Amino acid sequence: MALARRGGIGRYYNVNGWLFVAPALGLIALFMIYPIVWSLWMSFQSGRGMMLKFAGFANIVRLWNDPVFIKALTNTLTYFVVQVPIMILLALILASLLNNPRLVGRGFFRTAIFLPCVTSLVAYSVLFKGMFALDGIVNSTLEAIGIIASPIPWLTHPFWAKVLVIIAITWRWTGYNMIFYLAAMQNIDKSIYEVARIDGVPAWARFTHITIPLLKPVILFTTIISTIGTIQLFDEVYNLTEGKGGPSNATLTLSLYIYNLTFRFMPNFGYAATVSYVIVVLVALLACLQFFAARERDR
Amino acid sequence: MNNGSARIATAIVTYGFVGLMAFLSIFPFVWMLLGATNSSIDIIKGKMLPGSALATNIATFFTQVNAPLVFWNSAKIAILATALTLAVSSLAGYGFEMFRSRHRDRIYSALLLTMMIPFAALMIPLFIMMGKAGLINTHLAVVLPTIGSAFIVFYFRQCTKAFPSELRDAAKVDGLKEWQIFLYIYVPVMRSTYAAAFIIVFMTAWNNYLWPLIVLQSNETKTITLVVSSLASAYYPDYGVVMVGTILATLPTLAVFFFMQRQFVQGMLGSVK
Repeated sequence: MALARRGGIGRYYNVNGWLFVAPALGLIALFMIYPIVWSLWMSFQSGRGMMLKFAGFANIVRLWNDPVFIKALTNTLTYFVVQVPIMILLALILASLLNNPRLVGRGFFRTAIFLPCVTSLVAYSVLFKGMFALDGIVNSTLEAIGIIASPIPWLTHPFWAKVLVIIAITWRWTGYNMIFYLAAMQNIDKSIYEVARIDGVPAWARFTHITIPLLKPVILFTTIISTIGTIQLFDEVYNLTEGKGGPSNATLTLSLYIYNLTFRFMPNFGYAATVSYVIVVLVALLACLQFFAARERDR
Repeated sequence: MNNGSARIATAIVTYGFVGLMAFLSIFPFVWMLLGATNSSIDIIKGKMLPGSALATNIATFFTQVNAPLVFWNSAKIAILATALTLAVSSLAGYGFEMFRSRHRDRIYSALLLTMMIPFAALMIPLFIMMGKAGLINTHLAVVLPTIGSAFIVFYFRQCTKAFPSELRDAAKVDGLKEWQIFLYIYVPVMRSTYAAAFIIVFMTAWNNYLWPLIVLQSNETKTITLVVSSLASAYYPDYGVVMVGTILATLPTLAVFFFMQRQFVQGMLGSVK
């Protein structure tokens, strides 16, 4: 910066700086900023297909009276309220167990638990759909062990379909979160644990009173990205439940509803854009939450 | 308290739990591989032994699906998207870190905000834009909106902080132009950053589903991900054939993972530096 202000060379620097960033800025402006502003404009319009006219807040009013939207919103919120904590806790426990250098075969365990991250969302959804079929491997195994008496209708019962979606997402993303915690644990001074152990602090207390507080920034970060990811959930639900959103819309998410409104039913771009702005607002709220939580942390 | 037996109990619980989790993580992969060798009925019944239907499944897959074309479509999209994203983003990451000005720093902060934009809010305008440009059913339409990625720009900028500025100064003294410094010094020095970014972008592009689902409607343009999805959503899906498809869809990313495991994890962690 100091160099850039030193007279003649400054302008030269500046031109170069803009040239380097121009392609990225241009593309982002054209394919992100322009569309996001356009869809805000669209959300105040109504009509079929491209025949849109200004409708004020009609779409927002329609949201409150649309039971399918309310259902999609509730489902989406349920997914992250239930799934994100389970996954984060599981990932934390696994990371702290696998961080122990005396654990034999921890390299293998790490790779194995990380492996689900490699699959595409579509591929694993398809696999899960097969495994959780009514007479599929999961039901027959559970029956053989004696946990259940009759097969669970994973794909056709509103409650179990939701459970299945949660199991599937947890399978895919736990290892991903675990990797973040393992990396952060590398930076924790081992002697803290030694002192605690000598003082007779039990393992569980070491986990809750040392590991978790020290990992708070990473936990926060992963919670936010998981939440944002869950709010946008589409691929899994679409593929687990044949694009319909499950039995009586039990697994319908906001993204899937937008897709249905736009590309499955008679297209209503205005209303679909309004629903999509609900996601924008949710994500923005969470981002603010993260911002404030981070500020709190720095104090 | 008997310390020895408590320790053994802890070990049993630890290994039991970690082992179970590892088993559950790997199981679907095993199921997929075994499934490809079995008939659809055997798969659904939960047969967990290798069968003899592998050749039949592969043959059926190749008659139902124009596999080389589909695979080529996926590869074309992934390679094009990756090459362009890396080029554009590394230029920007380098530019934002090396040439600073107050305006550019402000724009950079605004740029980071675009990471929060959910794709669902973009897809309708993007679909209309692509329609107007006559790009529906083209791979260009799939690739174009993915090139400008704030996240990858951010990743490159973070990594550029570690780029030794002495190298740049020395090159300047030697009379290299800015683009030459970038091309001949920055790019080779930052190989590992490119490798990690390559993995993230390639995986995202290869696995991309929602946007291709919207834009690619003709069979000639479909990707492997779309094909696997439509095979599985048949009323009576032939699971043996579906398994062959999922294996083909997973193979490239699995290969990247096993050959570049370190960069893979590094890429995943990129954002928390």
